Amino acid sequence: MTMMTASDDTATKQAKRPSVDFKTIGPALALLILCVIGFMLNPAFVSEGNLTNLLTRSAFIGIIAVGATFVITAGGIDLSVGSMAAAIAGVMIIIMNGAVETMGTGLATVLLGCGCALVLGIGAGWINGALTTKGKIEAFIVTLGTMGIYRSLVTYFADGGTLSLNFDIRGTYRPVYYDSFLGLPYPVWVFICVAICGWLLLNRTAFGRYCTAIGSNEAVAKYSAINVDRVKTLTYVIQGLCVAFATIIYVPRLGSASASTGVLWELEAIAAVIIGGTVLKGGYGRIGGTILGALILTTIGNILNFTDLISNYLNGTMQGLIIIVAVFLQRSDWKLGKSK
Amino acid sequence: MLLKRTLGAVAAVGLLAFAGTALAQDKIKIGVSYPTPTHAWAAGMNWHAEQAEKRLEALYPDVDLILVNSSDPEAQASALEDLVSVHQIDALVVLPFESEPLTDPVLNVKKSGAWITVVDRGLSQPGIEDLYVAGNNPELGRVSAQYMKGRLKDGDNIVVLRGIPTVIDNERFDAFMAEIEGSGINVLDHKHANWNRDDGFEVMQDFLSRFPDIDAVWAQDDDIAIGVVAALKQAGRDGDGMFVVGGAGMKEIIKGIMDGETLIPVDVLYPPAMIATAMDQTVAAFKSNGPVAGRYILGATLITPENAESYYFPDSPF
Repeated sequence: MTMMTASDDTATKQAKRPSVDFKTIGPALALLILCVIGFMLNPAFVSEGNLTNLLTRSAFIGIIAVGATFVITAGGIDLSVGSMAAAIAGVMIIIMNGAVETMGTGLATVLLGCGCALVLGIGAGWINGALTTKGKIEAFIVTLGTMGIYRSLVTYFADGGTLSLNFDIRGTYRPVYYDSFLGLPYPVWVFICVAICGWLLLNRTAFGRYCTAIGSNEAVAKYSAINVDRVKTLTYVIQGLCVAFATIIYVPRLGSASASTGVLWELEAIAAVIIGGTVLKGGYGRIGGTILGALILTTIGNILNFTDLISNYLNGTMQGLIIIVAVFLQRSDWKLGKSK
Repeated sequence: MLLKRTLGAVAAVGLLAFAGTALAQDKIKIGVSYPTPTHAWAAGMNWHAEQAEKRLEALYPDVDLILVNSSDPEAQASALEDLVSVHQIDALVVLPFESEPLTDPVLNVKKSGAWITVVDRGLSQPGIEDLYVAGNNPELGRVSAQYMKGRLKDGDNIVVLRGIPTVIDNERFDAFMAEIEGSGINVLDHKHANWNRDDGFEVMQDFLSRFPDIDAVWAQDDDIAIGVVAALKQAGRDGDGMFVVGGAGMKEIIKGIMDGETLIPVDVLYPPAMIATAMDQTVAAFKSNGPVAGRYILGATLITPENAESYYFPDSPF
């Protein structure tokens, strides 16, 4: 077979099968393969308990990654999310502990904590957004700065140690992480709701199209009468809101926050977004892919805990390899049947 | 805190003014340098250092302790230079950020004629320090294993959660495994939980899904142990004589032991208060008629309900 016929062959194949798109099914395929490997290593992998653990654990990174999808689609980046989560968790705990005296240890105190978390998330997101757009500083630098600020704030609030939630409030708040509705834990429901809202916002509204337009070409978007600064700031506000939701379901898990809370969550969230098919330089975003990306990341960690075949020291290697392969699957423009 | 800083600054300015005069020379000045606390154990160390400073300065009016914390190895190296040039210290108590980059700076302090006490993390060159004060990592593993052997019988299963992959973690783990060997207790698997509550929780969840029969957990560290306990309670597997052994001496854990908690019945000491031991001994080097130079390795005491009270510091952040 000569080169000529080979390329002709490819061309016809491409024309014949436009439906097989690895951008879409790549992440799903990767997750499926991971699950099969997990099952083969240990059938307990598919036990109800483990699957529930997996989904619940994915919720933190998943919810944050939904927000990150908007920021990245619009051509930005947010490195501060992990520190922001830690700082919000810290302030939430301080506020709830402080409110025990006046409001007791009931639902009202927990709601007050959650309300404050949402306000803080929106505020922190707005700061990132305003500094990027009005302050005209690159998003990378702004969020690198706020990353350091939020991280050191939580260290300061905790006096270098660990902030712990009042024991009685923990009793009231605990079900938010540990209890289930229709067989699914509450964090998974929050994850599902955030994902659906995110999908609708990105794919079915003018705002979503503005994000994509700004990410593809900011100048053209500006000349098309899109209020670029406002839309970009809003993407950071959405990101902050998502971080607040993630924190609200994180705090009841262990009832504590410290300087080691949420370390490297920003990179996991960005990795989930990119594995899912969103383009890092902006202009194309996929919420569905992001969800799968978050599930893939959590599943890798879970599988590594299920086997002693691989040295503990090589966990990072396995994670890195799988991330690269997963992105390779959907990036390279090969189609089924092209090889040979 | 702020007041103290201000006073410190005023004092520093004052000392500068008097530098070289007899007044400044009369006091025994001891610099204490350690990393800025960014996690609970280090915050506990900071607290104990401040307590020791108050206590020793009240006890000996002619002793001046100068506490400095630094956020990275370079900053610590500069802080050491300042202690020599600005404060003209007679002795240095140092917990190095990292061994390699701080060996030379400490050597320079030594050349100024000061007494050197190194805490916890050794320098990369032997013979620089006059006194070395440290906890005992292998002993922590051994004591934990001995407790396990006392509670468990032939054929029982345990899982191990390890710290961050470092020499400290290896020393603890290897000593634990060496002590367990031949006892008939099965170590089902060991995974790194990075001395972190969240990782402890997730690794333990996976161990629980993977192994239907676990009799005890060695968590090595109190933060990990807290995550482990949350996972055990979630899975409803915290009964049947199940127990968890952590390590370090966190106040919440010690309090639990005092209250007769059965899930974490004991703790193995690796105390942040070792900085206070080092400060005491350094002052003793000037005040005591007994010799002080040498190696001071703390025991890895098993904390039980009987002795817990003497290791409980409710005001410390750790």
